[in-house]
Amino acid sequence: MSGAIGPHRVLSVAGLTTSFRSNRQWRPVVSDLSFHLDQRETLAIVGESGSGKSMTALSLMGLVTAANGRVEGEAVLNGRDLLKLFEPEMRKVRGNELAMIFQEPMTSLNPVMRIGAQIAESLHYHRGADWGAARIEALRLLDLVRIPDSGRRLDDYPHQFSGGMRQRVMIAMALACRPKLLIADEPTTALDVTVQAEILELMKELQREQGMALLFITHDMGVVAEIADRVLVMWRGNKVEEAPVRELFAAPQANYTRALIGAVPRLGAMRGEANPRRFTVIDPIDGRSVATEAETPPVTDTAPLLEVAQLTTRYPITSGILGQVSARVHAVENVSFSLRRGETLALVGESGCGKSTAGRTILRLIEPTSGVIRFDGQDIARLDQHQLKAIRPKLQMIFQDPYASLDPRQPVGRAITEPMRVHGMATAADAMDRAAAALVKVGLDPAMAQRLPHEFSGGQRQRIAIARALALGPKLIVADEAVSALDVSVKAQILNLMLDLQSEFGLSYLFISHDMAVVERFSHRVAVMYMGEIVEIGPRRAVIGNPQHPYTRRLLDAVPIADPSVRRRMRSRLAGLELPSPIRPPGYTPPERIWRTVDEGHFVQDVA
Amino acid sequence: MLVYLIRRTGLALITGLAVLTLVFCVVRILPGKPSHVILGDFASQAAIDALDKRIGLDRPIPVQYLDFMGKAVTGNWGVSMVTDRPVIAEILSVLPWTLELTLAALLIGVATGIPLGVLAALKRNRAADNVIRVVSLVGLSFPAFVSAVLLLLIFAIELGWTPVISAKTGSFKAWAQSLALPAINLGLINAAYITRVTRSAMLEVLHADYIRTARAKGVPWYAVVWRHALGNAMLPIVTVIGLFLGILIGNSVLTEIVFNRPGLGKLIVGALSQRDYTMLQGLMVIYTLLVVAVNVLTDLVYGLVDPRVEIR
Amino acid sequence: MSIEAVAAVRPADRAGRPMDAFRSNKLAALGLLLLASIMALAALAPLISWHDPAIQDVVHKLGRPSLSHIFGTDEFGRDIWARTIFGARVSLMIGFASTALAVLIGSCIGILAGWYGGRLDTFVMQVMDVLLAFPSLILGMIVVAMLGPSVSNIVLAIALTSIPPFARIARAPTIAIKSRDFVDACRSFGFSTPRILLGHVLPNIVAEILVMAALWLANAIRTEASLAFVGLGLKPPIATWGGMIREGFDNILDNPWLALVPGTAVLVVIFALNLLGDGLRDAVDPRLKDAT
Repeated sequence: MSGAIGPHRVLSVAGLTTSFRSNRQWRPVVSDLSFHLDQRETLAIVGESGSGKSMTALSLMGLVTAANGRVEGEAVLNGRDLLKLFEPEMRKVRGNELAMIFQEPMTSLNPVMRIGAQIAESLHYHRGADWGAARIEALRLLDLVRIPDSGRRLDDYPHQFSGGMRQRVMIAMALACRPKLLIADEPTTALDVTVQAEILELMKELQREQGMALLFITHDMGVVAEIADRVLVMWRGNKVEEAPVRELFAAPQANYTRALIGAVPRLGAMRGEANPRRFTVIDPIDGRSVATEAETPPVTDTAPLLEVAQLTTRYPITSGILGQVSARVHAVENVSFSLRRGETLALVGESGCGKSTAGRTILRLIEPTSGVIRFDGQDIARLDQHQLKAIRPKLQMIFQDPYASLDPRQPVGRAITEPMRVHGMATAADAMDRAAAALVKVGLDPAMAQRLPHEFSGGQRQRIAIARALALGPKLIVADEAVSALDVSVKAQILNLMLDLQSEFGLSYLFISHDMAVVERFSHRVAVMYMGEIVEIGPRRAVIGNPQHPYTRRLLDAVPIADPSVRRRMRSRLAGLELPSPIRPPGYTPPERIWRTVDEGHFVQDVA
Repeated sequence: MLVYLIRRTGLALITGLAVLTLVFCVVRILPGKPSHVILGDFASQAAIDALDKRIGLDRPIPVQYLDFMGKAVTGNWGVSMVTDRPVIAEILSVLPWTLELTLAALLIGVATGIPLGVLAALKRNRAADNVIRVVSLVGLSFPAFVSAVLLLLIFAIELGWTPVISAKTGSFKAWAQSLALPAINLGLINAAYITRVTRSAMLEVLHADYIRTARAKGVPWYAVVWRHALGNAMLPIVTVIGLFLGILIGNSVLTEIVFNRPGLGKLIVGALSQRDYTMLQGLMVIYTLLVVAVNVLTDLVYGLVDPRVEIR
Repeated sequence: MSIEAVAAVRPADRAGRPMDAFRSNKLAALGLLLLASIMALAALAPLISWHDPAIQDVVHKLGRPSLSHIFGTDEFGRDIWARTIFGARVSLMIGFASTALAVLIGSCIGILAGWYGGRLDTFVMQVMDVLLAFPSLILGMIVVAMLGPSVSNIVLAIALTSIPPFARIARAPTIAIKSRDFVDACRSFGFSTPRILLGHVLPNIVAEILVMAALWLANAIRTEASLAFVGLGLKPPIATWGGMIREGFDNILDNPWLALVPGTAVLVVIFALNLLGDGLRDAVDPRLKDAT
């Protein structure tokens, strides 16, 4: 851990404290942090939102705004204390010996400057290279990060690259001057899981080749297990635990670490289990288990509550002055599945696969192009708005972004009572009582009904959204990435809440998600979507335990497992396996699909 | 790029035609029959009819419309009802004056406004920023004619630096002297707007992720501001400058009156007060052309500056 | 934030409430104060003017400030102070009326165009763009010249040129909100369109519209004064600031006070409104404020 400074020590941090001033008080967001990092080593800093992990990185880089931020302590990089340097000196270090890449590849590149120029900049300003020489080196760097056709792409603009490609460009930019230390702040969080796998692979290789130290910041324990040599756990600005990665996972010492690791479902842990299981929730203060891991009862109904057949949703894309249709987005193509009472069907896939569109189409928030949606015996795809209104209370949705699903100007109590009143389900007084009961049911204090959404945390808002849906007495709830934006521990609590409600009320869930580990634990059945179509569907045990379709396999393969003893083998080195978008020329008819039965209830699309 | 330009020009022309149609309607369909108003309340019906016939107001509206549009497009804008000279000649004789004033004002505005706006954004909430903000706010609070009168009072009358009445011909010095005050009047108001727009565009851009990336690479401050920040801020700034043209033209009318400069402004006020309908029509056509031209130019500049434009 | 203690709630976050803006933004408070003062003066005009603004006293025409006429007299011997105060009434009334009209009509158009989108939106915005393309002062001049300079015509003319900006300023956030999840949630509950528009969309864009209204009010007053200056305002003996400045301009060599007093008045009003609008905008759009 600490101790003698070896010959290969790159970074030595002692007592790092970063505070911000608000209301005339200095409040620390990073408190007394100490750690070190050697050459060729990867240290992962892991924590949830508000833990101070990103702020640590910005403090080391000297990017904390001076106006009301203050950084104290010591951070020695190759013999120099970064925190004592004045800005002109620090500028020479940034991008040179010390480099950083950020989370959002879509917005982190200058949109009006060519990629080649952006990469060449570091070389120009740090090495004094003229633009011509810098450009040649930039080309070499693009090859280094495995961007195909690098010669042509050097003069492209950022908007011509996909998310994964842009992150590769960011890495190229960061490595231009051969830094001793690379800081990566959640570099793969915004990427699809298959793309994430490739980027992680790339970073590991580059570290081997270039020999730099890597400080990797993340909230994802699976990624930590994949990439880290040592792990530092942060909570509310403090270091909670630091250990080599295997030790940390095998025997976590601190209660918070146990809570964090416990809350993360491990892909593969449900092998052999038939039904969903509640998630582990460990109290971070005293380390006791809060929620039982009890298995949930099996589904007994045989009649389907929801039957979707040949559902298709396509959007036209117009261009030209007259607005002719130049192409169509085949967002949902010929999707069929069924869902029973009390059952959870997960729709999984990466971005652009159409799972979200499918969910919204079933609720008629988006109009289907064709197909049948049979809910409770009725084809709701055919109903007009008036008839649809009567059905709506039974079909509810919970959205992904807890910050956007509540009207910011409406007190949360009213947000819950308004739908009830609109459907004539309760008088004003009655509605308030029912709203209060709903709040209690989801674990909130009913006295908070007067408050506005921004006074609640993300997890609490999601509970309010659930209460709102619940108050109408639904039979089916579509959860569109309902927990994806939440911290790990909060995720577990919300999922357990949803499981409890399912047992109590016999709710069915259409669980839309990209998180395979969560899906494995939460669902009865799984449908895998790709380019708008379902490519494989069946009981969770079958699809995840015995995946047949190549895409399903690739997807499962890419998921980082929160267990360092199961390290990934080398994957394909090629970049360019980006997800294609389902845009087709007008008049395109999709080819006939043949389905193969693998097992009882387990079907897969035959790959021609 | 070429496709983009053709599309934008096409759209601008369509807008231009739509505005001309509006012009046609405004002059004809609003109450107050022209002939009646020109000849006064006591004119005989015969006289009114004769004038109607002379102007062409007795023909059915669709015919008048086609005639108007045809003539507008081909440049036959009729004859002034007051001076009996061709409208287009009158307009062309004063157009250079207005153009040079507007151009000078634009230059002053951009040369003053953008640097000040950038400075204010960089020194946000410090002394320089506060001063610039207040001064620019005061600047654009001045109605153009109030500031014009004030400038006239101080510099021409009290100090005698420039002539009270513009010289129409003469040496370069005389020309510069007569252009100075009106251009400064228009230019400084323009600068006030541009300063504010530049400031807010820069502030918005400086918060962007790619600025943080540039700093993380160790790019020096001047390059961050010039290549990264300003390069992106120019997009909204250019758009807004194009939108400000309407205000600029309105202000130029007032400025020309106060400084007694020949130009479209004086023409239009004269035409309005004297009910010179043909002159009015011609003036509105020229204003439309100006606005369309500026829109196309703005789009052109935008297309050059924003690389995303090519993929449309 | 961190691990959830379910019952804990963050302390009420008061950012974004307009009244707080005045505490932190002194300039906006100043603007409000100035505006209120001028409105008070205008309201009390008959009490504080000491002279009837219409009474002529040709013997004392173009007089310098004196004890009986604090700011002097105009070319017909009328008291400048009185005429300025009464001129405030004209400007404020026309300004408020035309802005209110433009806000109502423009916002409706903008919200409906933004909400329904498609052909309706394209068509309406093309019309708005056409109106916007034309220099607003000149359009206003033409309308008033055609219809005649009465109060309602001037209000109409100014409102006409003000509608397109409000349509745009209402349309943009409507489109942004339309795609937000809580609107989808409303639709999933089967709320009717009027309920969604009035109960959920409007409350969320009202703030931006009001900011624009304050700033545009300054513009409306400026346009009214400009129209009066070129002779298209209300006719004498009604006192208008623009008209007075015109008279003052014509007589500038004899008595500069005639132009300076109403000129200062109109400048102060417009400045006050701009301060106010700026302050409101800082409160509504926290990004432009100091980052905490």
